[in-house]
Amino acid sequence: MESQAPPRAVQGHSISDGMRAAWPLAVAVGVFGISWGVLAQDAGMSLLAATLMSATTFAGSAQFAAVSIIGEGGSLGAAIVAAILLNARYGPIGLSVAPALGGSTARRFITSQLVIDESWAIANQGGGRFNSRLLIGAGLLIYFAWVAGTVAGIIGGDVLGDPERLGFDAAFPALFLSLLAPQVRERRALVVAIAGAAIALALVPFTQAGVPIIAAALACFLGLRRR
Amino acid sequence: MNETWTMILVIGAVTMGIKAAGPVALGGRELPGRLVGVVAMLAPALLAALVATQTFAGDQRLTIDERALGLAVAAVAVALRAPVLVVIVLAAAVTALARAV
Repeated sequence: MESQAPPRAVQGHSISDGMRAAWPLAVAVGVFGISWGVLAQDAGMSLLAATLMSATTFAGSAQFAAVSIIGEGGSLGAAIVAAILLNARYGPIGLSVAPALGGSTARRFITSQLVIDESWAIANQGGGRFNSRLLIGAGLLIYFAWVAGTVAGIIGGDVLGDPERLGFDAAFPALFLSLLAPQVRERRALVVAIAGAAIALALVPFTQAGVPIIAAALACFLGLRRR
Repeated sequence: MNETWTMILVIGAVTMGIKAAGPVALGGRELPGRLVGVVAMLAPALLAALVATQTFAGDQRLTIDERALGLAVAAVAVALRAPVLVVIVLAAAVTALARAV
């Protein structure tokens, strides 16, 4: 053999495949970006401040939570804690994609910033494997949609109205459901999924947002048990 | 205004650090053997938790609203092996329609 074939997981997917898979989500993310921009402006944030937050934090739920708390007169500490709790899930999520993200430290740092729920879910190949090109393609497109939406929301205001009126908030769980389905054909994965959902729902009334998701992640330790 | 900038910088820096920790520390190496089985189960656990909370959670309480209808239709579409795009559009359309009536 003259050259080694690339690993199987890398073959067959390109960055544009990731973008193609993510575009319907990118539309929804863009509209939520607009509504976040409007909220940020109402809370007194400048174009620069809001855009910088979208470009660095790049996590919708945390940004909505933090700015709502500040906008309603809550404390800075409460806003920071709420956002960090909501983003804590990116610790285990980052660990799960780490083997797929190669290259220099700088490259790994940059690609890791494209990890959000949607790009992570799209890049998931099952069995703990992730495709870096799908992740980068989906992440880039959604990143662009989120930042551009923020700018549009600050400059243009509430042009499209409430994204929830359009049902866009249901688009995200629908994506996660369709990506979950092929993975739970195996019995253990199904048990873990049910446990994860049950833990999350049980904690919703008693904890701050974000905590139910982190706690649900602990259900993956059922994977330690023998088959 | 200083408070806003503190918020932006702290949340931005911490979030970037959380996201980068695994990939930077691990450096593209494989996870240790025992951890592979755990991480393989992370996707079903987290995806199911995201579906559940984004459908039934609102402001620290459980609720059944129009999203549940949208997700029920999405579940039927998934069972019929509809493409992801169709599933997403159906969920949004049904939820929007239910809110309109």
